[in-house]
Amino acid sequence: MGASYDVAIAGGGIVGAACAAACAAEGLSVAVVEPGPIGGGATAAGMGHIVVMDDSPAQIALTLSSRQLWIELSGELPADVEYLPCGTMWVAADEEELAEVRRKKRVYDEIGVRAEVVGPKELAEAEPNLRPGLAGGLFVADDSVLYPPCAARFLLERSKAARIAQRAVEIGGGVIKLRDGTAISAGVTVNATGAWAPELTPGIEVRKRKGHLAITDRYPGYVRAVLIELGYLKSAHATSADSVAFNAQPRKTGQVLIGSSRQFGAEDASIDAHILRRMLQRAEEYMPGLGKLSAIRTWTGFRAATPDKLPLIGPCPGDERLFLATGHEGLGITTSLATGKLVAAQVMGRSWAIPAEPYLPGRKAEAHGNVSGDRNVAGQREEASMARLDRLTIGPQVDNLPHKDTVTVSVNGVAVTVPAGAMVSAAVAMAVATFRRSVTGEARGPLCGMGICFECRVTVDGREHSRSCQIPCAPGMEVRTDG
Amino acid sequence: MGDGAYDVVVVGAGPAGLAAARCAAESGARAAMVDDNPRPGGQIWRGEWMGREPCTTFCGTRVVAVPEPGVITLESFDGTLEIGYRKLVLATGARERFLPFPGWTLPHVMGAGGLQALAKSGLRIAGKKVVVAGSGPLLLAVAKYLRGHGADVRLIAEQADQAALTRFGAGLIRHPGKLAQAIGLRAGLLGIRYLTGCWPIAAGGAGVTLRRAGRTWDEPCDYLACGFGLIPNVELAALLGCGVGAGGVEVDEYQQTSVAGVYCAGEATGIGGLELSEVEGEIAGYAAVGRPEKAREFFRARESQRRFAAGLERAFALRNELKTLPGDDTLVCRCEDVTFGRVRQCPGWRDAKLHTRCGMGPCQGRVCGGALEFLLGWRAESVRPPVFPARIESLSGPRCPQP
Repeated sequence: MGASYDVAIAGGGIVGAACAAACAAEGLSVAVVEPGPIGGGATAAGMGHIVVMDDSPAQIALTLSSRQLWIELSGELPADVEYLPCGTMWVAADEEELAEVRRKKRVYDEIGVRAEVVGPKELAEAEPNLRPGLAGGLFVADDSVLYPPCAARFLLERSKAARIAQRAVEIGGGVIKLRDGTAISAGVTVNATGAWAPELTPGIEVRKRKGHLAITDRYPGYVRAVLIELGYLKSAHATSADSVAFNAQPRKTGQVLIGSSRQFGAEDASIDAHILRRMLQRAEEYMPGLGKLSAIRTWTGFRAATPDKLPLIGPCPGDERLFLATGHEGLGITTSLATGKLVAAQVMGRSWAIPAEPYLPGRKAEAHGNVSGDRNVAGQREEASMARLDRLTIGPQVDNLPHKDTVTVSVNGVAVTVPAGAMVSAAVAMAVATFRRSVTGEARGPLCGMGICFECRVTVDGREHSRSCQIPCAPGMEVRTDG
Repeated sequence: MGDGAYDVVVVGAGPAGLAAARCAAESGARAAMVDDNPRPGGQIWRGEWMGREPCTTFCGTRVVAVPEPGVITLESFDGTLEIGYRKLVLATGARERFLPFPGWTLPHVMGAGGLQALAKSGLRIAGKKVVVAGSGPLLLAVAKYLRGHGADVRLIAEQADQAALTRFGAGLIRHPGKLAQAIGLRAGLLGIRYLTGCWPIAAGGAGVTLRRAGRTWDEPCDYLACGFGLIPNVELAALLGCGVGAGGVEVDEYQQTSVAGVYCAGEATGIGGLELSEVEGEIAGYAAVGRPEKAREFFRARESQRRFAAGLERAFALRNELKTLPGDDTLVCRCEDVTFGRVRQCPGWRDAKLHTRCGMGPCQGRVCGGALEFLLGWRAESVRPPVFPARIESLSGPRCPQP
């Protein structure tokens, strides 16, 4: 019996989707097996930083070629992919780290990556929310960020791959077996299940490396480039210990994404409050004002880590019809497109723009990557990353407070006098009809009146995103609406 | 925790929380209450509760995280604090369910309880034309309150049918106290039209379009106060790992959740009204301080109140026609402005979040989640800290030495 598909891919993250798109572009028929949402694993957990990394020549080749593919694709990405060519700013705190800036600059010059050494004054001007007194930085202009789940969905849609919404339980010999017993046959199968790849292909050297992230409400311009500390140099040799590093990223929405942490041996996806604290404290050391920003979510994810920091891309030793595309650690979003190209080229029996050997699953450790030193440790670019029934009638009839006294506050510079005890929402309503503009510019006012809906947000005494319904008016309070 | 810990911390200072705190404090326990609102009393007594606080009370303060068992992180406008507890009573109450329809995001459209809360917060409503719409006994209470404060309440549009309410009303005979209240309320509403089987289908700048028995008409108003019943606030319980069912936080006969030492009382365990909340609060308060025999004294009263609550739920069940209220271009997520048309194409909540941003804004899905539960049958996902948007500094906590 003939194979149902040319290529069947287990895993609908960004790597699986990129493999599907690249294989489809070769004219191959493709199926993707993914029981959950597309891009719902490490892809959703990651930061979506497209960055050139220089830990090893093989890492440079993969990240640089893949970044180029993203730049070429950027004009076609739909708006919800939120592609933002904001660049990366490597931040040096002291002289020792400035030496790393200069080293990095030399490497980037050699490989043709635009990079600019930034002095302390220019750094403060470029990123005014960084703490004063930093030594400088290196700005890499052509790096970017995007929103990975929608990028994965875009790539998968483009591939027109058949989507099989089931869990793969076995892979190999040109067959993916599904949980319900169905077998999907294909010329080539690809294991692209990230940190879970060893469950389908036992014995491969991929470990889970847990990461945490936090995201804030919208503060447009607060962070301009992706900021990454170079301070990891000082704690670089602790390969297995838990580590945190400062990493702040602007999103096209105006939100600030904050990382990063790395933990081996953590299988539990729940938030580790201790690591989260260390990570946020580190971020506040670099951006002292960050503490006052409102965080709306935190989450975790599992990177697929390999011993030599390079992904496994290509045929699995012992089974020529089983390809691996996993082990991308914190660089899966960046390197997904090049991974897809490498897989497609190997399926077609061709070579691609960069040599495939450094990433082949059968490679010898230490041949290409950087086993010791663990320089990329610190987590530069993370991926994985009423009412009451009001009884049947109303409560005991308590009369309104005797609002004899009044309070005067300022709303958009206009004095408004309200009864003592009134909330800011009452004062705002007296002055303007619109409390805020929604993300698409609609006029909005309070909905729930009890602190749940966040529709009545205004700026109170300089504090953005404050719920006006829950804050009592105080004399002299400065209130601003963005409506 | 060390000596700094409270014996009992009560989260929520509404009827259930106040009752629990009172029972715990009068038993000699070192107790504290925490409430997001500026004053105790919950939403029912918002700004009007005149009692004496039974224990230390942190107002204008919410629980945002649980950094370790026995410790909660509190945040107010001015600062962050961690307090320790031996027992926790969750009395986090309920919020309104909002359903999307064309125009529901306009500034003059508010929740029913929402407009009442704003009025209690100082919003002037005297002389304003108001239509109260949606479902549940709350609509009556809101209408009465607003009229009592000078609003021109044009009508109440209750989506439930008269037949269901009549069946429920007949049942009230078994609850004499409630019946008296109902009569009192009707008297208060004298002169306000109460239309059953009637609901809003659209709102515009000048008012609301209502539908009843196949007839559609425009009703001018300055405010449309619209809520479709209540939803338990279960997020903190979920963060703590407590079992949560379809109706609310699951509890045993002593109001203890699936997590030992964590109790839950009031609307968070299921919508039941003031009296049920108070009784549950009393049981939880006594149970939390190790007085089960006192707690048991309230079991019978709770049973009776629960039967009443079940009747209410049946009478005010939401009709299926309401599922057709939103059009494809009606926003369902107000934080991220995501249309119902985009969301309904997703196979589930997580897909919708990842691919449309629905539920990813600061309300953390509290508004759209209640709508989508009714419209598409989606249940909320797991809860992670912060359980409410919080300042980064509240999550980064006290500066501890690195290991």
